[in-house]
Amino acid sequence: MTTDDVAIVGIGMHPFGRHEGVSGMDMGVAAVRSACADAGVQWEDIQFAFGGSASAGAPDTMVSKLGLTGLQFINVVNGCATGGSALFSAYNSIKSGMFDLGIAIGFDKHDRGAFRVNTKASGLSDWYGESGMALTTQFFGMKINRYMHEHGITEDSLARVSEKAFRNGSKNENAWRRRPLSMEEVKQSAMLSYPLTQYMFCSPGEGGVALILARADQAHKYTDTPVFLKAAVVRSRRFGSFEVMAPHIALEHNAGPTVDASAAAFEMAGMGPDDMDIAQLQDTESGAEIMHMAENGFCEHGEQEHMLAMGDTEITGRLPVNTDGGCLANGEPIGASGLRQVYENVLQLRGDAGERQVPNDPKTAYTHVYGAPGISGVTILAK
Amino acid sequence: MATDSATKQVPVSEGVFTWPSDEPRLLGSKCTDCGNVMFPTQSGCPKCSGQSTETIELGRTGTLWTWTVQGYPPKSPPYAGNADPKTFEAFGVGYVELPGEVKVETRLTVNDPEQLNIGMEMELTLVPLYTNDDGEEVMTFAFAPIN
Repeated sequence: MTTDDVAIVGIGMHPFGRHEGVSGMDMGVAAVRSACADAGVQWEDIQFAFGGSASAGAPDTMVSKLGLTGLQFINVVNGCATGGSALFSAYNSIKSGMFDLGIAIGFDKHDRGAFRVNTKASGLSDWYGESGMALTTQFFGMKINRYMHEHGITEDSLARVSEKAFRNGSKNENAWRRRPLSMEEVKQSAMLSYPLTQYMFCSPGEGGVALILARADQAHKYTDTPVFLKAAVVRSRRFGSFEVMAPHIALEHNAGPTVDASAAAFEMAGMGPDDMDIAQLQDTESGAEIMHMAENGFCEHGEQEHMLAMGDTEITGRLPVNTDGGCLANGEPIGASGLRQVYENVLQLRGDAGERQVPNDPKTAYTHVYGAPGISGVTILAK
Repeated sequence: MATDSATKQVPVSEGVFTWPSDEPRLLGSKCTDCGNVMFPTQSGCPKCSGQSTETIELGRTGTLWTWTVQGYPPKSPPYAGNADPKTFEAFGVGYVELPGEVKVETRLTVNDPEQLNIGMEMELTLVPLYTNDDGEEVMTFAFAPIN
Protein backbone atom coordinates (compact mmCIF):
# COMPACT_ATOMS: atom_id res chain seq x y z
CA MET A 1 0.00 0.00 0.00
CA THR A 2 1.35 3.47 -0.79
CA THR A 3 1.15 5.94 2.03
CA ASP A 4 -0.93 8.55 0.18
CA ASP A 5 -4.11 6.59 -0.33
CA VAL A 6 -6.66 8.82 1.29
CA ALA A 7 -7.05 12.59 1.46
CA ILE A 8 -9.28 14.85 3.52
CA VAL A 9 -10.83 17.26 1.01
CA GLY A 10 -13.60 18.92 3.00
CA ILE A 11 -14.19 19.85 6.62
CA GLY A 12 -17.21 21.19 8.45
CA MET A 13 -18.03 21.99 12.05
CA HIS A 14 -20.97 23.14 14.12
CA PRO A 15 -19.60 25.22 17.01
CA PHE A 16 -19.11 23.32 20.28
CA GLY A 17 -20.70 24.41 23.55
CA ARG A 18 -24.32 24.61 24.67
CA HIS A 19 -26.95 25.32 22.02
CA GLU A 20 -30.45 25.58 23.43
CA GLY A 21 -33.08 24.34 21.01
CA VAL A 22 -30.62 22.79 18.53
CA SER A 23 -30.58 18.99 18.48
CA GLY A 24 -27.34 17.05 18.28
CA MET A 25 -28.54 15.64 14.97
CA ASP A 26 -29.04 19.14 13.56
CA MET A 27 -25.48 20.03 14.56
CA GLY A 28 -24.37 16.99 12.58
CA VAL A 29 -26.44 18.09 9.58
CA ALA A 30 -24.94 21.59 9.76
CA ALA A 31 -21.44 20.13 9.87
CA VAL A 32 -22.15 17.93 6.83
CA ARG A 33 -23.46 20.84 4.80
CA SER A 34 -20.47 22.93 5.73
CA ALA A 35 -18.05 20.12 4.80
CA CYS A 36 -19.77 19.64 1.42
CA ALA A 37 -19.48 23.37 0.72
CA ASP A 38 -15.81 23.27 1.71
CA ALA A 39 -15.12 20.42 -0.73
CA GLY A 40 -17.36 21.88 -3.42
CA VAL A 41 -19.50 18.76 -3.61
CA GLN A 42 -23.21 18.06 -3.32
CA TRP A 43 -24.64 15.62 -0.77
CA GLU A 44 -25.69 13.40 -3.70
CA ASP A 45 -21.99 13.03 -4.65
CA ILE A 46 -21.18 11.33 -1.34
CA GLN A 47 -20.98 7.56 -1.84
CA PHE A 48 -20.88 6.43 1.77
CA ALA A 49 -21.06 7.73 5.32
CA PHE A 50 -20.00 6.56 8.76
CA GLY A 51 -21.79 8.49 11.48
CA GLY A 52 -21.07 8.43 15.20
CA SER A 53 -23.10 9.63 18.17
CA ALA A 54 -23.24 8.29 21.73
CA SER A 55 -26.27 10.21 23.04
CA ALA A 56 -27.96 12.18 20.25
CA GLY A 57 -29.73 9.61 18.10
CA ALA A 58 -29.03 7.28 15.19
CA PRO A 59 -26.86 9.22 12.72
CA ASP A 60 -28.28 7.53 9.63
CA THR A 61 -31.66 9.17 10.24
CA MET A 62 -30.09 12.49 9.22
CA VAL A 63 -30.54 11.52 5.56
CA SER A 64 -34.16 12.61 5.87
CA LYS A 65 -32.82 16.16 6.12
CA LEU A 66 -29.74 15.85 3.93
CA GLY A 67 -31.40 13.98 1.09
CA LEU A 68 -32.45 10.39 0.44
CA THR A 69 -29.77 9.46 -2.05
CA GLY A 70 -29.51 5.78 -1.23
CA LEU A 71 -25.91 5.97 -0.05
CA GLN A 72 -24.35 3.38 2.26
CA PHE A 73 -24.73 4.88 5.74
CA ILE A 74 -23.35 2.99 8.75
CA ASN A 75 -23.77 4.08 12.36
CA VAL A 76 -20.81 3.80 14.70
CA VAL A 77 -20.94 3.65 18.48
CA ASN A 78 -17.62 2.90 20.12
CA GLY A 79 -17.31 4.62 23.48
CA CYS A 80 -15.07 7.64 23.54
CA ALA A 81 -13.47 6.55 20.25
CA THR A 82 -16.80 6.85 18.41
CA GLY A 83 -15.64 9.70 16.14
CA GLY A 84 -12.24 8.12 15.63
CA SER A 85 -13.89 4.84 14.71
CA ALA A 86 -16.11 6.56 12.12
CA LEU A 87 -12.98 8.10 10.59
CA PHE A 88 -11.08 4.79 10.70
CA SER A 89 -13.97 3.09 8.90
CA ALA A 90 -14.20 5.81 6.25
CA TYR A 91 -10.45 5.70 5.72
CA ASN A 92 -10.49 1.97 5.11
CA SER A 93 -13.50 2.14 2.82
CA ILE A 94 -11.50 4.31 0.45
CA LYS A 95 -8.17 2.62 1.01
CA SER A 96 -9.73 -0.73 0.10
CA GLY A 97 -10.67 0.65 -3.32
CA MET A 98 -14.38 0.16 -2.69
CA PHE A 99 -15.29 3.86 -2.84
CA ASP A 100 -13.87 7.17 -4.08
CA LEU A 101 -15.61 9.76 -1.92
CA GLY A 102 -17.20 9.49 1.50
CA ILE A 103 -17.81 11.22 4.77
CA ALA A 104 -17.15 10.65 8.47
CA ILE A 105 -19.65 12.42 10.72
CA GLY A 106 -19.72 12.83 14.49
CA PHE A 107 -22.07 14.78 16.71
CA ASP A 108 -23.43 14.66 20.23
CA LYS A 109 -25.43 16.45 22.88
CA HIS A 110 -24.97 15.39 26.50
CA ASP A 111 -26.72 16.32 29.74
CA ARG A 112 -25.03 18.85 31.98
CA GLY A 113 -22.58 17.62 34.59
CA ALA A 114 -20.43 14.51 34.63
CA PHE A 115 -21.35 11.59 32.39
CA ARG A 116 -24.05 9.40 33.89
CA VAL A 117 -22.70 5.92 33.48
CA ASN A 118 -25.01 3.06 32.58
CA THR A 119 -23.24 0.35 34.56
CA LYS A 120 -25.19 -2.51 32.96
CA ALA A 121 -24.37 -1.34 29.43
CA SER A 122 -20.74 -1.14 30.50
CA GLY A 123 -20.74 -4.76 31.65
CA LEU A 124 -20.65 -3.76 35.34
CA SER A 125 -22.85 -4.66 38.28
CA ASP A 126 -25.35 -2.23 39.81
CA TRP A 127 -23.59 -2.16 43.20
CA TYR A 128 -20.57 -0.53 41.55
CA GLY A 129 -22.46 2.63 40.61
CA GLU A 130 -24.72 2.50 43.67
CA SER A 131 -21.66 2.49 45.92
CA GLY A 132 -20.30 5.72 44.42
CA MET A 133 -17.74 4.44 41.96
CA ALA A 134 -18.35 4.32 38.16
CA LEU A 135 -17.32 7.96 37.68
CA THR A 136 -14.89 8.81 34.91
CA THR A 137 -13.65 11.79 36.94
CA GLN A 138 -12.48 9.46 39.73
CA PHE A 139 -10.40 7.45 37.29
CA PHE A 140 -8.62 10.53 36.00
CA GLY A 141 -8.02 11.79 39.54
CA MET A 142 -6.56 8.45 40.58
CA LYS A 143 -4.46 7.99 37.44
CA ILE A 144 -2.82 11.42 37.65
CA ASN A 145 -2.38 11.13 41.43
CA ARG A 146 -0.38 7.95 40.96
CA TYR A 147 1.47 9.47 38.00
CA MET A 148 2.45 12.59 39.96
CA HIS A 149 3.71 10.33 42.74
CA GLU A 150 5.82 8.24 40.35
CA HIS A 151 7.09 10.93 38.00
CA GLY A 152 7.33 14.16 39.97
CA ILE A 153 4.63 16.11 38.15
CA THR A 154 3.31 19.03 40.23
CA GLU A 155 0.05 20.91 40.63
CA ASP A 156 1.64 23.80 38.72
CA SER A 157 1.82 21.64 35.59
CA LEU A 158 -1.85 20.69 35.95
CA ALA A 159 -2.78 24.37 36.16
CA ARG A 160 -0.45 25.31 33.30
CA VAL A 161 -2.18 22.90 30.91
CA SER A 162 -5.58 24.42 31.71
CA GLU A 163 -4.25 27.95 31.39
CA LYS A 164 -2.91 27.09 27.92
CA ALA A 165 -6.17 25.40 26.89
CA PHE A 166 -8.34 28.38 27.74
CA ARG A 167 -5.88 30.80 26.16
CA ASN A 168 -5.93 28.76 22.93
CA GLY A 169 -9.71 28.43 23.18
CA SER A 170 -10.04 32.20 23.40
CA LYS A 171 -8.58 32.32 19.87
CA ASN A 172 -11.03 29.74 18.51
CA GLU A 173 -14.42 31.03 17.35
CA ASN A 174 -15.86 27.49 17.51
CA ALA A 175 -14.77 26.81 21.10
CA TRP A 176 -17.14 26.64 24.05
CA ARG A 177 -15.06 28.25 26.79
CA ARG A 178 -13.33 31.31 25.40
CA ARG A 179 -12.35 33.23 28.55
CA PRO A 180 -8.66 32.94 29.45
CA LEU A 181 -8.06 31.78 33.05
CA SER A 182 -4.96 32.30 35.16
CA MET A 183 -3.15 29.40 36.80
CA GLU A 184 -4.33 30.73 40.16
CA GLU A 185 -7.99 30.74 39.06
CA VAL A 186 -7.59 27.16 37.86
CA LYS A 187 -6.06 26.05 41.17
CA GLN A 188 -8.63 27.88 43.29
CA SER A 189 -11.70 26.48 41.52
CA ALA A 190 -13.73 23.75 43.25
CA MET A 191 -11.86 20.50 43.97
CA LEU A 192 -13.87 17.87 42.08
CA SER A 193 -11.67 14.79 42.24
CA TYR A 194 -8.40 15.36 44.05
CA PRO A 195 -5.95 16.58 42.75
CA LEU A 196 -8.15 17.88 39.92
CA THR A 197 -10.20 21.05 40.19
CA GLN A 198 -13.21 22.17 38.17
CA TYR A 199 -11.15 24.09 35.58
CA MET A 200 -8.79 21.15 35.14
CA PHE A 201 -11.69 19.06 33.81
CA CYS A 202 -13.50 19.26 30.49
CA SER A 203 -17.28 18.98 30.49
CA PRO A 204 -19.59 16.84 28.41
CA GLY A 205 -20.96 19.19 25.75
CA GLU A 206 -22.45 19.55 22.29
CA GLY A 207 -21.17 19.90 18.76
CA GLY A 208 -20.78 18.32 15.35
CA VAL A 209 -17.96 17.69 12.87
CA ALA A 210 -17.88 16.21 9.37
CA LEU A 211 -14.86 15.28 7.27
CA ILE A 212 -15.02 14.42 3.56
CA LEU A 213 -12.49 11.85 2.40
CA ALA A 214 -11.46 11.08 -1.15
CA ARG A 215 -9.00 8.88 -2.99
CA ALA A 216 -5.72 10.73 -2.82
CA ASP A 217 -5.23 10.66 -6.60
CA GLN A 218 -8.57 12.45 -7.03
CA ALA A 219 -8.11 14.98 -4.24
CA HIS A 220 -7.18 17.79 -6.65
CA LYS A 221 -10.75 17.70 -8.02
CA TYR A 222 -12.00 19.04 -4.71
CA THR A 223 -9.29 21.16 -3.15
CA ASP A 224 -5.97 22.88 -3.76
CA THR A 225 -4.87 22.01 -0.24
CA PRO A 226 -5.46 18.29 0.31
CA VAL A 227 -4.31 16.83 3.58
CA PHE A 228 -3.38 13.17 3.51
CA LEU A 229 -4.40 10.66 6.13
CA LYS A 230 -1.22 8.69 6.77
CA ALA A 231 -2.57 6.55 9.59
CA ALA A 232 -5.80 5.87 11.46
CA VAL A 233 -5.71 3.36 14.30
CA VAL A 234 -8.04 2.28 17.12
CA ARG A 235 -6.86 -0.01 19.93
CA SER A 236 -8.56 -1.48 23.01
CA ARG A 237 -6.95 -2.34 26.34
CA ARG A 238 -4.72 -5.26 27.13
CA PHE A 239 -4.35 -7.27 30.31
CA GLY A 240 -2.73 -5.26 33.08
CA SER A 241 -3.59 -1.74 31.91
CA PHE A 242 -5.23 0.82 34.23
CA GLU A 243 -8.48 2.00 32.69
CA VAL A 244 -11.61 3.92 33.41
CA MET A 245 -14.49 1.85 34.93
CA ALA A 246 -12.30 -0.93 36.31
CA PRO A 247 -13.41 -2.57 39.59
CA HIS A 248 -10.04 -4.28 39.60
CA ILE A 249 -6.61 -3.87 38.04
CA ALA A 250 -4.16 -6.73 37.63
CA LEU A 251 -0.94 -6.65 39.63
CA GLU A 252 1.12 -6.88 36.46
CA HIS A 253 1.46 -3.68 34.44
CA ASN A 254 0.65 -2.93 30.82
CA ALA A 255 1.19 0.53 29.38
CA GLY A 256 -2.31 0.75 27.90
CA PRO A 257 -4.11 1.23 24.58
CA THR A 258 -2.68 4.68 23.87
CA VAL A 259 0.86 3.31 23.71
CA ASP A 260 -0.32 0.52 21.40
CA ALA A 261 -2.36 2.80 19.12
CA SER A 262 0.43 5.35 18.91
CA ALA A 263 3.10 2.80 18.00
CA ALA A 264 0.86 1.23 15.35
CA ALA A 265 0.03 4.64 13.84
CA PHE A 266 3.67 5.69 13.62
CA GLU A 267 4.53 2.40 11.97
CA MET A 268 1.67 2.74 9.49
CA ALA A 269 2.76 6.28 8.60
CA GLY A 270 6.45 5.44 8.48
CA MET A 271 7.12 8.35 10.82
CA GLY A 272 8.03 8.92 14.45
CA PRO A 273 7.13 11.36 17.22
CA ASP A 274 9.99 13.71 16.24
CA ASP A 275 8.42 14.10 12.80
CA MET A 276 5.20 15.61 14.18
CA ASP A 277 4.75 19.40 13.98
CA ILE A 278 1.47 19.57 15.97
CA ALA A 279 -0.39 17.21 18.34
CA GLN A 280 -3.97 17.17 19.57
CA LEU A 281 -4.01 14.89 22.63
CA GLN A 282 -6.97 13.73 24.71
CA ASP A 283 -7.29 16.20 27.59
CA THR A 284 -10.32 14.98 29.49
CA GLU A 285 -8.52 16.77 32.27
CA SER A 286 -5.23 18.58 32.36
CA GLY A 287 -3.37 15.59 33.82
CA ALA A 288 -4.51 13.46 30.90
CA GLU A 289 -2.76 15.77 28.45
CA ILE A 290 0.42 15.46 30.50
CA MET A 291 0.30 11.66 30.70
CA HIS A 292 -0.68 11.35 27.04
CA MET A 293 2.35 13.39 25.94
CA ALA A 294 4.52 10.52 27.18
CA GLU A 295 2.16 7.66 26.27
CA ASN A 296 2.11 8.89 22.67
CA GLY A 297 5.89 8.97 22.56
CA PHE A 298 6.49 12.73 22.57
CA CYS A 299 8.63 12.68 25.73
CA GLU A 300 9.79 10.50 28.60
CA HIS A 301 7.63 10.16 31.71
CA GLY A 302 8.36 13.12 33.96
CA GLU A 303 9.84 15.37 31.26
CA GLN A 304 6.50 17.14 30.92
CA GLU A 305 7.15 19.24 34.02
CA HIS A 306 10.08 20.97 32.34
CA MET A 307 8.49 21.07 28.87
CA LEU A 308 5.40 22.83 30.18
CA ALA A 309 7.41 25.33 32.21
CA MET A 310 9.43 26.12 29.07
CA GLY A 311 6.32 26.60 26.95
CA ASP A 312 7.21 23.76 24.60
CA THR A 313 3.56 22.85 24.00
CA GLU A 314 2.35 26.41 23.36
CA ILE A 315 1.27 27.38 19.82
CA THR A 316 4.69 28.99 19.37
CA GLY A 317 6.54 26.11 21.08
CA ARG A 318 8.52 23.14 19.83
CA LEU A 319 5.48 20.82 19.80
CA PRO A 320 2.18 22.73 19.99
CA VAL A 321 -0.43 20.62 21.81
CA ASN A 322 -4.19 21.17 21.67
CA THR A 323 -4.01 24.31 19.57
CA ASP A 324 -7.80 24.75 19.47
CA GLY A 325 -8.14 24.57 23.26
CA GLY A 326 -8.68 20.81 23.33
CA CYS A 327 -11.49 19.16 25.26
CA LEU A 328 -10.88 21.59 28.11
CA ALA A 329 -12.03 24.61 26.07
CA ASN A 330 -14.31 22.80 23.63
CA GLY A 331 -16.06 20.31 25.89
CA GLU A 332 -16.54 16.70 24.94
CA PRO A 333 -19.43 15.69 22.72
CA ILE A 334 -18.28 12.09 22.45
CA GLY A 335 -19.24 11.44 18.82
CA ALA A 336 -17.61 14.65 17.58
CA SER A 337 -14.58 14.99 19.83
CA GLY A 338 -12.05 12.90 17.91
CA LEU A 339 -13.13 14.47 14.62
CA ARG A 340 -12.71 17.97 16.09
CA GLN A 341 -9.04 17.19 16.60
CA VAL A 342 -8.66 16.18 12.96
CA TYR A 343 -10.61 19.25 11.82
CA GLU A 344 -8.19 21.45 13.75
CA ASN A 345 -5.18 19.70 12.24
CA VAL A 346 -6.53 20.14 8.70
CA LEU A 347 -7.04 23.86 9.38
CA GLN A 348 -3.51 24.13 10.73
CA LEU A 349 -1.93 22.25 7.81
CA ARG A 350 -3.88 24.38 5.34
CA GLY A 351 -2.61 27.49 7.12
CA ASP A 352 -6.19 28.57 7.82
CA ALA A 353 -6.14 28.58 11.65
CA GLY A 354 -6.13 32.38 11.91
CA GLU A 355 -5.16 33.83 15.25
CA ARG A 356 -4.03 30.44 16.56
CA GLN A 357 -2.10 29.38 13.46
CA VAL A 358 1.04 27.43 14.29
CA PRO A 359 3.95 29.30 12.66
CA ASN A 360 6.57 28.00 10.22
CA ASP A 361 4.24 26.12 7.89
CA PRO A 362 3.53 22.87 9.79
CA LYS A 363 3.46 19.80 7.55
CA THR A 364 2.48 16.95 9.86
CA ALA A 365 -0.07 16.61 12.63
CA TYR A 366 -1.16 13.99 15.16
CA THR A 367 -4.44 13.30 16.96
CA HIS A 368 -5.19 11.06 19.94
CA VAL A 369 -8.45 10.24 21.74
CA TYR A 370 -8.80 8.11 24.86
CA GLY A 371 -11.80 7.07 26.86
CA ALA A 372 -14.17 4.49 28.20
CA PRO A 373 -13.89 1.56 28.41
CA GLY A 374 -10.14 1.71 27.76
CA ILE A 375 -9.89 2.61 24.09
CA SER A 376 -7.58 4.89 22.11
CA GLY A 377 -7.69 6.26 18.58
CA VAL A 378 -4.78 7.91 16.78
CA THR A 379 -4.48 9.61 13.39
CA ILE A 380 -1.50 11.08 11.57
CA LEU A 381 -1.99 13.71 8.87
CA ALA A 382 0.51 15.21 6.45
CA LYS A 383 0.33 17.60 3.55
CA MET B 1 -22.23 -6.85 62.93
CA ALA B 2 -25.35 -7.49 60.89
CA THR B 3 -27.38 -9.40 63.42
CA ASP B 4 -26.56 -7.46 66.57
CA SER B 5 -27.47 -3.99 65.35
CA ALA B 6 -30.69 -2.29 66.33
CA THR B 7 -31.28 -1.43 62.68
CA LYS B 8 -31.29 -4.36 60.31
CA GLN B 9 -28.43 -4.21 57.87
CA VAL B 10 -28.32 -5.70 54.37
CA PRO B 11 -25.50 -5.87 51.81
CA VAL B 12 -25.63 -3.64 48.72
CA SER B 13 -25.54 -6.82 46.68
CA GLU B 14 -25.23 -10.52 47.34
CA GLY B 15 -21.91 -12.08 46.41
CA VAL B 16 -19.68 -8.99 46.57
CA PHE B 17 -18.38 -9.63 50.10
CA THR B 18 -18.90 -12.26 52.81
CA TRP B 19 -22.11 -11.58 54.74
CA PRO B 20 -22.75 -11.58 57.60
CA SER B 21 -19.23 -11.43 58.93
CA ASP B 22 -17.32 -9.62 61.67
CA GLU B 23 -14.24 -9.76 59.48
CA PRO B 24 -15.62 -9.20 56.00
CA ARG B 25 -13.78 -10.31 52.90
CA LEU B 26 -14.34 -9.38 49.27
CA LEU B 27 -15.32 -12.24 46.98
CA GLY B 28 -13.26 -12.58 43.83
CA SER B 29 -12.60 -15.13 41.15
CA LYS B 30 -9.49 -17.13 40.45
CA CYS B 31 -8.82 -18.58 37.02
CA THR B 32 -8.42 -22.34 37.37
CA ASP B 33 -6.08 -22.36 34.35
CA CYS B 34 -3.60 -19.53 35.02
CA GLY B 35 -4.35 -18.46 38.60
CA ASN B 36 -5.24 -14.86 37.66
CA VAL B 37 -7.34 -13.16 40.36
CA MET B 38 -10.29 -10.90 39.55
CA PHE B 39 -12.81 -8.74 41.43
CA PRO B 40 -15.79 -8.98 41.53
CA THR B 41 -16.47 -12.59 40.59
CA GLN B 42 -16.65 -13.24 36.89
CA SER B 43 -16.65 -16.10 34.44
CA GLY B 44 -13.88 -16.04 31.90
CA CYS B 45 -10.31 -14.89 32.38
CA PRO B 46 -9.04 -11.66 30.74
CA LYS B 47 -5.46 -12.87 31.04
CA CYS B 48 -5.49 -16.32 29.41
CA SER B 49 -9.02 -16.39 27.92
CA GLY B 50 -9.69 -19.45 30.11
CA GLN B 51 -13.35 -20.26 30.70
CA SER B 52 -13.21 -21.69 34.20
CA THR B 53 -13.00 -19.64 37.39
CA GLU B 54 -13.62 -20.38 41.06
CA THR B 55 -14.88 -18.00 43.73
CA ILE B 56 -12.33 -17.10 46.41
CA GLU B 57 -12.23 -14.84 49.48
CA LEU B 58 -9.69 -12.07 48.91
CA GLY B 59 -7.22 -10.84 51.51
CA ARG B 60 -8.51 -8.29 54.05
CA THR B 61 -5.46 -6.04 54.05
CA GLY B 62 -3.29 -4.31 51.49
CA THR B 63 -1.62 -1.04 50.53
CA LEU B 64 -3.15 2.06 48.99
CA TRP B 65 -2.00 2.11 45.32
CA THR B 66 -3.69 5.36 44.36
CA TRP B 67 -6.62 7.46 45.54
CA THR B 68 -8.84 10.48 44.97
CA VAL B 69 -11.67 12.20 46.84
CA GLN B 70 -15.12 12.35 45.28
CA GLY B 71 -15.78 16.02 45.86
CA TYR B 72 -19.23 16.44 44.29
CA PRO B 73 -22.42 14.35 44.51
CA PRO B 74 -22.40 11.57 41.89
CA LYS B 75 -25.45 11.45 39.63
CA SER B 76 -28.29 9.49 41.17
CA PRO B 77 -29.02 7.01 39.74
CA PRO B 78 -26.75 5.13 39.66
CA TYR B 79 -25.46 6.48 43.02
CA ALA B 80 -27.60 5.23 45.90
CA GLY B 81 -25.95 7.23 48.72
CA ASN B 82 -26.71 10.82 49.70
CA ALA B 83 -26.47 12.91 46.53
CA ASP B 84 -28.15 16.03 47.95
CA PRO B 85 -25.73 18.88 47.16
CA LYS B 86 -26.65 20.60 50.46
CA THR B 87 -25.70 17.70 52.71
CA PHE B 88 -23.38 15.66 50.49
CA GLU B 89 -20.17 14.57 52.20
CA ALA B 90 -17.07 13.98 50.09
CA PHE B 91 -15.74 10.42 50.19
CA GLY B 92 -12.42 8.84 49.33
CA VAL B 93 -12.03 6.34 46.49
CA GLY B 94 -8.92 4.36 45.74
CA TYR B 95 -7.29 1.17 44.59
CA VAL B 96 -5.94 -1.10 47.28
CA GLU B 97 -3.31 -3.59 46.26
CA LEU B 98 -3.95 -6.97 47.89
CA PRO B 99 -0.56 -8.73 47.97
CA GLY B 100 -0.25 -11.54 45.46
CA GLU B 101 -3.85 -11.10 44.31
CA VAL B 102 -5.17 -7.99 42.61
CA LYS B 103 -5.78 -4.24 43.02
CA VAL B 104 -9.41 -3.56 43.94
CA GLU B 105 -11.29 -0.30 43.48
CA THR B 106 -12.98 0.76 46.69
CA ARG B 107 -14.47 3.53 48.77
CA LEU B 108 -12.19 4.76 51.55
CA THR B 109 -13.34 5.66 55.05
CA VAL B 110 -11.13 8.78 54.94
CA ASN B 111 -11.92 11.84 52.78
CA ASP B 112 -9.10 14.15 53.89
CA PRO B 113 -6.21 14.38 51.38
CA GLU B 114 -3.88 15.14 54.29
CA GLN B 115 -4.57 11.70 55.72
CA LEU B 116 -4.21 9.68 52.53
CA ASN B 117 -0.86 8.54 51.19
CA ILE B 118 0.09 6.11 48.46
CA GLY B 119 1.58 3.01 50.06
CA MET B 120 -0.27 3.25 53.40
CA GLU B 121 -1.63 0.05 54.97
CA MET B 122 -5.39 -0.48 54.66
CA GLU B 123 -7.97 -3.03 55.78
CA LEU B 124 -11.46 -3.94 54.65
CA THR B 125 -14.54 -2.78 56.54
CA LEU B 126 -18.22 -2.20 55.77
CA VAL B 127 -19.92 1.21 55.79
CA PRO B 128 -23.56 2.30 55.61
CA LEU B 129 -24.55 3.60 52.16
CA TYR B 130 -28.25 4.48 52.54
CA THR B 131 -31.46 3.38 54.23
CA ASN B 132 -33.80 1.50 51.93
CA ASP B 133 -37.61 1.69 51.76
CA ASP B 134 -37.89 -1.10 54.32
CA GLY B 135 -35.89 0.89 56.86
CA GLU B 136 -32.88 -1.37 56.46
CA GLU B 137 -29.37 0.03 56.40
CA VAL B 138 -27.70 -0.90 53.11
CA MET B 139 -24.00 -1.65 53.58
CA THR B 140 -21.18 -1.45 51.08
CA PHE B 141 -17.46 -2.10 51.44
CA ALA B 142 -14.66 0.36 52.08
CA PHE B 143 -11.03 0.25 53.10
CA ALA B 144 -9.82 2.02 56.23
CA PRO B 145 -6.27 3.01 57.19
CA ILE B 146 -4.67 0.65 59.73
CA ASN B 147 -3.50 2.79 62.62
